[in-house]
Amino acid sequence: MAAQEQQQPQSRDVEAEADAPEAPPAAPEAQASVATQGVDDLLDEIDGVLESNAEEFVRAFVQKGGQ
Amino acid sequence: MTARPEGLPSDKLPVGGAMRVMGSETEYGIHAPSAPGANATMMSARIIQAYANLTRQRAAGGAETRWDYTDEEPLHDARGWTVERSAADPSQLTDRPPVLDAEAVALAYGRQELEADGGDESGSLLMNMVLGNGARLYVDHAHPEYSSPEVTNPRDIVAWDAAGDLVALATVRKVAADPDLPAINLYKNNTDNKSVSYGSHENYLMPRSVPFGDIVRGLTPFFVTRQVICGAGRLGKGQDGSTAGFQISQRADFFEAEVGLETTIRRPIINTRDEPHATADKYRRLHVIIGDANLSQVSNYLKFGTTALVLSLIEAGQAPKIEVHEPVAGLQAISHDTSLTATVRLLDGRRVTALDIQWMYYEAAAKLGQETGVSDSFTGDGHTRDVLERWESTLGLLGSNPASAASSVEWLAKLSLLDGYRNRDGLEWNDARLGLVDLQWSDVRPEKGLYYRLLSRDRMQTIVDDAAIGRAVVEPPSDTRAYFRGKCVSSFGKDVVGASWDSVIFDVPGIGKLQRVPTREPLRGTEALTGQLFRKHATAGAFLRELLGLDPAPPA
Repeated sequence: MAAQEQQQPQSRDVEAEADAPEAPPAAPEAQASVATQGVDDLLDEIDGVLESNAEEFVRAFVQKGGQ
Repeated sequence: MTARPEGLPSDKLPVGGAMRVMGSETEYGIHAPSAPGANATMMSARIIQAYANLTRQRAAGGAETRWDYTDEEPLHDARGWTVERSAADPSQLTDRPPVLDAEAVALAYGRQELEADGGDESGSLLMNMVLGNGARLYVDHAHPEYSSPEVTNPRDIVAWDAAGDLVALATVRKVAADPDLPAINLYKNNTDNKSVSYGSHENYLMPRSVPFGDIVRGLTPFFVTRQVICGAGRLGKGQDGSTAGFQISQRADFFEAEVGLETTIRRPIINTRDEPHATADKYRRLHVIIGDANLSQVSNYLKFGTTALVLSLIEAGQAPKIEVHEPVAGLQAISHDTSLTATVRLLDGRRVTALDIQWMYYEAAAKLGQETGVSDSFTGDGHTRDVLERWESTLGLLGSNPASAASSVEWLAKLSLLDGYRNRDGLEWNDARLGLVDLQWSDVRPEKGLYYRLLSRDRMQTIVDDAAIGRAVVEPPSDTRAYFRGKCVSSFGKDVVGASWDSVIFDVPGIGKLQRVPTREPLRGTEALTGQLFRKHATAGAFLRELLGLDPAPPA
């Protein structure tokens, strides 16, 4: 299930408060490595769902005209 | 909930903001991998037939209804004239029911299958349905098309447009479950990357009193640039996609004119088709053909929401007074520049980026929202403020760190995936695997569609939840005439012989001739006005008699 977005703040002032960091930010290298891991996991998953024989599949996708 | 200012009549929406009667149209790309030569029109008819079979099972009496073509006027031009039929491209003649000849039907179906499917006595296939949610599902040229019911705000359009993707998914599953048919895939995209494009259209209701020239001047700079927030992303450049690279818009390279009536050839930035599907001296239906089909809910929401705001600016005479030099070339230059630094020249000599122009429109819309009060947090219309805030924050991200908008802006989401593959596997832009990622991004099946894979990992922001989309598959919006249309179809389907945007036709035993109920006012026929009548009557006869003020049926 997709997460719902946060409620929009009612005013700019509230927005500024909401933006205040609540926890100390992680070290940049740690952040980067978490992000990379996420992308790698995602690509691994997508490798598994991509149609086989990419070249043939893409070539065969031919559409007739539309609006 | 939508706040309704006191004293506003029930058939008027608050003006100045993002509320407006609007609808979407999606032509799906269609492909049978195991039968690559299959006729696209026949496959599209199978898709419609699959949904007819599904709804026949779901709704008592069948939720299928034929389309009524009486009020289709595709050759009426908003500039004030009508094209001779003989001068029109055959693909523009959308007011005649498409007919499949017997041979084509037999080729695709075989008589036995037709009979099993419940093809009617005339042997013709159902090419056109009106759904219980008020939408239309039909074969348009060589694609299945879902036209959403009319809604009044951008949040609802996201729900009822996404409902169309679930309808498409249901048909794909139904066809796949039939061992005698080749599986059919549907894609919510706009090009095959081999020089063919098919549309995703938007419709907005406007007062006819707004001069068409004002619409053209006010909308063109906005349409040239709004792709930076709602482009769906495309691999390849040029109509055939043969120039390697990535661009922002699916559609930009297929536009060749500034203003025109055509939708299939010499596509114009501003389309002048003038079929109001409503009281013609009061309204025009602005038919927008330049958008990309969106899976990203935020891109879709902003596409409709910001366009509605700009139409309000035009109506108020407050659109930015700018004119883009050579807008078609500008549209393509902006699409081809993912750095967002490309500039277009304005007629006053300034050179500005797409974001600069978007900010001009944003500032004007924010000012109008404030002046009219519709963007107020407490007393506003409940929609305009949210659209303005998302528009502002999205433009801010695009101007500072575009990659950070990848969870909301569709072309950036797709680009992040393509960049992931390029970085991991060292792929060139013309690698077939990247072409497959671009195509499969829009597969409507959640286990195959790459947009849905990102969504399931919480990598895409949403506007409406899954439950709301699920309801929109079966329920019409409550606050437009789509409520009346949808409820007629789902409550009295077997007695409804036809329906269109502005009519529902009944054939009720005991009431002599066909009864055509016109629905020419888009904000009538709402739940508030007709819900009680639907709840009160179990039969179409009693319902119609009260609705039309006919004599009650004689006692049996």
